[in-house]
Amino acid sequence: MSDVLLSIEGLTKAYPGVLANDAVSFDIRKGEIHALLGENGAGKSTLVKMIYGLVRPDAGRMTLDGRPYAPASPHEARAAGVAMVFQHFSLFEALSVAENVALGMENPPPMRALAHRIREVSETYGLPLDPARVVGDLSAGERQRVEIIRCLLQEPRLLIMDEPTSVLTPQEVEILFATLRRLAGEGTSILYISHKLEEIRALCDRATILRLGRVVGRADPQALSARELAEMMVGQELMTPSRPPAPRGEVVLDVAALSLASPSPFGTSLKSVTMQVHAGEILGIGGVAGNGQDELLAALSGEMLAPADAIRLCGIEVGQLGPTARRRLGLLAAPEERLGHAAAPDMTLTENALMTGAVRQRLLNRGFVRWGAAREFACRIIERFDVRTPGPEHAARSLSGGNLQKFVIGREILQRPLALVVNQPTWGVDAAAAAAIRQALMDLAAEGAAVVVISQDLDELMEISDRFAALNEGRLSAPRPTAELTVDEIGLMMGGAHDMEVAHVAG
Amino acid sequence: MNLSGISPEVLIAALMVASTPILLAAIGELVVEKAGVLNLGVEGMMIFGAICGFAVAVETGSPALGFLGAAAGAAALSMLFGVLTQFLLSNQVATGLALTLFGLGLSALVGQGYVGVTPPAMAKLDLGPLGDIPFFGRVLFGHDAMVYLSLALVAAVWMFLNRSRAGLILRAVGESHDAAHALGYRVVAIRLGAIAFGGACAGLGGAYLSLIRVPQWTEGMTAGAGWIALAIVVFASWRPWRVLLGAYLFGGVTVLQLNLQAAGLAVPVEYLSMSPYVVTILVLVVMSSGRGRAALNAPASLGRVFHATT
Repeated sequence: MSDVLLSIEGLTKAYPGVLANDAVSFDIRKGEIHALLGENGAGKSTLVKMIYGLVRPDAGRMTLDGRPYAPASPHEARAAGVAMVFQHFSLFEALSVAENVALGMENPPPMRALAHRIREVSETYGLPLDPARVVGDLSAGERQRVEIIRCLLQEPRLLIMDEPTSVLTPQEVEILFATLRRLAGEGTSILYISHKLEEIRALCDRATILRLGRVVGRADPQALSARELAEMMVGQELMTPSRPPAPRGEVVLDVAALSLASPSPFGTSLKSVTMQVHAGEILGIGGVAGNGQDELLAALSGEMLAPADAIRLCGIEVGQLGPTARRRLGLLAAPEERLGHAAAPDMTLTENALMTGAVRQRLLNRGFVRWGAAREFACRIIERFDVRTPGPEHAARSLSGGNLQKFVIGREILQRPLALVVNQPTWGVDAAAAAAIRQALMDLAAEGAAVVVISQDLDELMEISDRFAALNEGRLSAPRPTAELTVDEIGLMMGGAHDMEVAHVAG
Repeated sequence: MNLSGISPEVLIAALMVASTPILLAAIGELVVEKAGVLNLGVEGMMIFGAICGFAVAVETGSPALGFLGAAAGAAALSMLFGVLTQFLLSNQVATGLALTLFGLGLSALVGQGYVGVTPPAMAKLDLGPLGDIPFFGRVLFGHDAMVYLSLALVAAVWMFLNRSRAGLILRAVGESHDAAHALGYRVVAIRLGAIAFGGACAGLGGAYLSLIRVPQWTEGMTAGAGWIALAIVVFASWRPWRVLLGAYLFGGVTVLQLNLQAAGLAVPVEYLSMSPYVVTILVLVVMSSGRGRAALNAPASLGRVFHATT
């Protein structure tokens, strides 16, 4: 009887043009928290999809508890005791908590009994949850509880967690970790996927590091520094963005008591948002996803109109102006969703460059497009921001996430904005590209622009912003200088732990 | 004008008959849309069901077999839509419109030999003494089996969607096909099943027109009933009992305007004939004004193409 629960040997999966996993081997022991580390595109997701039966490996084998394990579907995986919490929630917004849980179980009990079980388990683990509520009304942290409880009800032997903390406040992360440690103590193995290194150092017993589909290292995360882990993950030395301290200038972007209803039924309305951003300054706006970030960006970019005097750019009232008029005045924005919002997926990079650059780069001539100038603008973005693409005539969709993000951000920066608003500038972008984007934003501020960075990555905000404010249920806290903030204070600004009960976990 | 000729019990009984084709088609489309598929081909499937049912009933002499044939024929036609949209990932709106045009044309072709033929009559259900109760006997117990079947179907669909696990899975697929796929449910298979059910229901609705309501075969005899059924699903905000309400409301206006015409109301006939459609549009406008998607209860994945990426 060995203490290995799941053993993976030589697992290989190829997609057309990409070797997603190349002979990956590692073991997960009983009751351990095992980290799977790697950049975006390192093959972590493909690997866990194979363990969960969503993807079939081309070669290699797995053994679970000494027996061969080759799940053909998630149903078989669940029957074998493997459960998974997804990175992008696999929840149904219009259904209730109990219905969502039932959908993730093989043989759910009748609804009433299930609701009772949900209450019981959720209280045992300090994750209170009302089974009758509709998921669309829950916060991100609560939604994750639904996913976790769905897994726990099946009493899994192996729990896979795919980047579970990306949407949680620091306090919520602490409670999640306490739950996971308790589960591990009870003998459940946990495969924990993340690229947040401090978390892995705090939580995990062992780590397997993937790069470009291969295992490039195994480590004891508690014995290494975050930087050493990061360099194993990236395979090169990392540069830290920096900028010279610049004097704070005049107020450029002035938002006063901005209240706006969200156009989406599950959205968050903005409630009396007030902020002033100065020239040469980066204001970081943190907060858990779904607390009004998208609405704030839409209100600032001009997609949603506001009362005229609620938003001023250098003293001019712009609240009632649309995006093009605001661009003309120098207020630019780059939204979170790259494909479909910031860029049109099936149009070429030249066309995408034209779409936001038309006014400020003078790419139009009496209503006709100056294609030569547009192409030249696209080439400038590609060159300046090191966008890896064969040329500007390629479709936006063909670029990897990080490259398209560099293009989208670069497109706005090259237009020399007076004020730039970006939402999640490095979401789903690999470490090297993320560092380049952060550096570009800092350079822009150093040149005298006012920059607003909305992000859920606290480390990023701490690194680049001068002042920090948090969005919580559509309200913006008063901005405070980043240098004097602690992680606990930031967590409280973000709304604390959303009524999670720490006491139960400790007990 | 003489309104005394309009008897409430005849009116209600006629309303139930007039509403049944739309009710059948709408309850089928409701299931399809709950699974996240928008099939605009209801009209085409209805009229194809009408001719299939008519032809089978005439050839075999059995209206019951006719209805079965109608359900099978229209379900087969809906599978054309299913294959195009679920496997070849074609646009659902365009494919649905094409299905309507194709169904209208195909039914005219198949029906060439049946114009002017009288179909075998469907026996009324004899419910014994129940039928002799004054007023209610005529209103509730004087109908053919299909009227009761359509009511039972509404109840069954409600039970299925709200009380059964299979119904929960179907709703989940319509809500977020990506999440359902990630949990291991077979999105395409579930949707094909829903589309076939929707087709069969539309076929039954069409056959009810050609075998009982009219009863005769004429080209284009559904006259927009399929479109009304689609509107009623929206009107009902995807709830089975409200589909019943919507269908009976539409049927009521239809029957009432016929009675008013007969009573010699001093309004041009064209206005009366268009009234059921105008009412449908008005109701849709009122329902849709100033409310978000969730308030309308629409399935979130409705009409979106699903392509499994893994």
